[in-house]
Amino acid sequence: MPQQHHEHRPDPHRPDPHRPDPHRPDPHRPVLLDVRDLQVEFRTRDGVAKAVNGVSYSVDAGETLAVLGESGSGKSVTAQAVMGIVDSPPGFVTGGQVFFRGQDLLTMAPETRRRLRGAKLAMIFQDALSALNPVLSVGTQLSEMFMVHEDMTRKDSRAKAVELMERVRIPAAKDRVNDYPHQFSGGMRQRIMIAMALALEPDLIIADEPTTALDVTVQAQVMDLLAELRREYDMGLILITHDLGVVADVADKIAVMYAGRIVETAPVRELYAAPAHPYTRGLLDSIPRLDRKGEQLYAIKGLPPNLTAIPPGCPFNPRCPRAQDICRTDRPPLFPVAPGRTSACHFWKETLDEGQR
Amino acid sequence: MAEPAKQAAEQREPILQVRNLVKHFPLTQGLVLKRQVGAVKAVDGISFDLYKGETLGIVGESGCGKSTVARLLMTLETATAGEVFYKGQDITKLSGRALKAVRRNIQMVFQDPYTSLNPRMTVGDIIGEPFEIHPEVAPKGDRRKRVQELLDVVGLNPEYINRYPHQFSGGQRQRIGIARGLALNPEIIICDEPVSALDVSVQAQVINLMGKLQDEFDLSYVFIAHDLSIVRHISDRVGVMYLGKMAEIGTDEEIYEHPTHPYTQALLSAVPVPDPEVREGRERIILTGDVPSPANPPSGCRFRTRCWKAQDKCAEELPLLAVPEVFKGKETAAAHESACHFAEERQIVPAA
Repeated sequence: MPQQHHEHRPDPHRPDPHRPDPHRPDPHRPVLLDVRDLQVEFRTRDGVAKAVNGVSYSVDAGETLAVLGESGSGKSVTAQAVMGIVDSPPGFVTGGQVFFRGQDLLTMAPETRRRLRGAKLAMIFQDALSALNPVLSVGTQLSEMFMVHEDMTRKDSRAKAVELMERVRIPAAKDRVNDYPHQFSGGMRQRIMIAMALALEPDLIIADEPTTALDVTVQAQVMDLLAELRREYDMGLILITHDLGVVADVADKIAVMYAGRIVETAPVRELYAAPAHPYTRGLLDSIPRLDRKGEQLYAIKGLPPNLTAIPPGCPFNPRCPRAQDICRTDRPPLFPVAPGRTSACHFWKETLDEGQR
Repeated sequence: MAEPAKQAAEQREPILQVRNLVKHFPLTQGLVLKRQVGAVKAVDGISFDLYKGETLGIVGESGCGKSTVARLLMTLETATAGEVFYKGQDITKLSGRALKAVRRNIQMVFQDPYTSLNPRMTVGDIIGEPFEIHPEVAPKGDRRKRVQELLDVVGLNPEYINRYPHQFSGGQRQRIGIARGLALNPEIIICDEPVSALDVSVQAQVINLMGKLQDEFDLSYVFIAHDLSIVRHISDRVGVMYLGKMAEIGTDEEIYEHPTHPYTQALLSAVPVPDPEVREGRERIILTGDVPSPANPPSGCRFRTRCWKAQDKCAEELPLLAVPEVFKGKETAAAHESACHFAEERQIVPAA
C-alpha cells in the first residue's frame, strides 16, 4: 500500500511506534501482526522472480484473515517471510516491515526471532506427511517443543504431548503417542500438525492450505477443530488457501492476491456479495453454479503471469475483460472502496456497480 | 429436467455395462513362501451402466476405489471377478488382438498432467504415439497433420508440435493429455480427476473444453473426481462410492437434491459453500472418525461405523443397491438406487 508507506523505519525497541491507521481501535495497543509493504524476490538462473511485491495486511487477536490466491500468487511466500523461513538463497526479503506486537521481526536479532517462532507465531503446513519427521514418533516430535522452549524434563513433556493429542481429539492418545506419522491417517496427521502449532499456545497461527490434501468429510472436521481452538485461545489466524468455499466458511476478512500483490481486501460477506476487482469476480464466476448447469463455465482467459516478467501497469490487464489503456501503463494502488474494503483496480467502481452476483 | 433426461437414457442402449466388478489386491506374508494373509478389497462388487453420449460422474473420498474402477474399465488391472460389457462383449476376458481393438475405443485422461506426459518426448510424439500401436487409424504419412488437427481441436497452437511438455503450463498440459486421449477417435473417455491438479481459473477452461468435445464427437465420459460441484456441473448421472461399494446412484438432481443415503448426505453437507449467505441456513453433518481400512471392512453396511442411523441390522445384513422399499413405485426424485436399510430424504443445501 503505497499511501501508507513510511520513509523511515520505526525503532524496533519501541513497543508502540505511532503509525497513523484509521482502522486501529486502540492506538496504544499494537495489532498482533502488521505486515507493511513486504517484498520478496527469488534470484534464479532464469532471472529475478518477484514473488511478493509490496504486500500489506494485518491480523488482530481473535481474527481470521484468509489470503486467497492461485499458485504463484505469492500467498505462501508472504507467510514464509513472516515466519522467517524463506529459503535463502535463492529467496531474499528485499523490503518492508513485519510488526509483531509492534516489534519488527525483520530487523530483530536472529536469536530473538527464533525464540518467538514456535512460541508466539506458529505455522501449520499443507502436507503433514512431508512436514513431520518420519523416523521420530509423534510423541517425540510434540514433546521436543516443550524440551527446547520450556526446558521441561522428558517425562513431563511426554505427558504434555499426550494432553495436546487429546486436545486435538485424537482417539486413544495415550496408546498412540509412540506411533510414527505413517501409522496415522491423513486427517489425524493434520491434527498432529495442529497440535504441534498449538503446543506453546501461540498468539498467531499461520495455516498454509491446511486441508487441501484432505477429503471433504475430514476437511470439515479439521476446519471445525481449527475454528474452535482459535476461539478458545483467542488467537489470530491467517488462513492461506485457494479454495473459495473454505474461505467463506471460516474467515472474517479476505485478502485476494495476484502476481505478488494484494488486489482486493474486504470482509467476507461483502466480497462474496459484490466483488470490487475483476479478478475476484472472475474467480467467483468460474465456480460451477446450480442455475447455470449445462452452460459454459465462465473462464478467466489466459494464464497467470510469469513472475520474472510481470506485465507493466496492472498485472491482471492481459486477462481482464475491463482493461483499458490506463491499465497497461499505470499500476493501480489499493483504492479505498468502503470502510475496511480496498481494491487495486482503476475501474473498481464500475466492477462494484455491475451489481450483485 | 430429470425426467426427460432419464427417459432419453433408458431409450438409448448402454455402451458400457459393469456387473459385480470386484478387485482384491492380495496381501502376502513371507519372502520365499508367500502366503496370502488377506486382501485389500479396493472394489467389492460394483455395477452400473454408461449410456452413449452421457457423462457418468463417480465421486468418493480417497481410498474408496474410484481410481481402481477406472483402471479396471481400461483393463489396466485384471478384475478378480465380475464383468465389463462393451457393446455386449465382456472385455475382462479378452486378450490379444480382440483386447487391442476394444482398447482403441476406451481411452483415458489422467489426473496429474506433470507426470502423465513423458518429459523426453515432444508433444507431437506424445499425441502421435497411439498411432504406432493402432496404425490403421492414421497412415504414416498422415500422422503429423492429424496431430496438428488434434492440437487445434483442444485449443493449442498447432505450431507447438515440436515443443516439450515442460514448456507448457498445467492447463495446457492437460489439453495435451486430452488430445492424446482423443487421438484414436474413442467412444468412451475415462477421466480420472482431470482437473484437480489445476488452478481454479484454469479448471473452468478445461471443463468447458471437455463439454465442447463431448458434443462434437459424441463421447461418453466416466468422470471421476472428488470435487462435487464440478461433477454436478458436467454429469448427467452421478454415482457415490464408499469403501469399494456404490452407495447411491442416480441423476444429478436425484443425488444432489434428494439424497437418501446418509453418506451422500454427509458428503454434500461437508462441502464448503462459496457463499456466506447460503452457509448460514444449512445444516452440517460432521462425520466422526476415518474411513475404515479396505483390507478389513466392517460387516454388513460399509458405512455403519460412521453412520448416525446405524442399528444391529446394518452390521448383519449388507444393504443392496436398489430403489428403497419406502420409495418404490412413487413418483418422487427420491426413488433412485440407494444402498441403505434406512434410506430417507433429508433437507441438505446442495453444493454449488
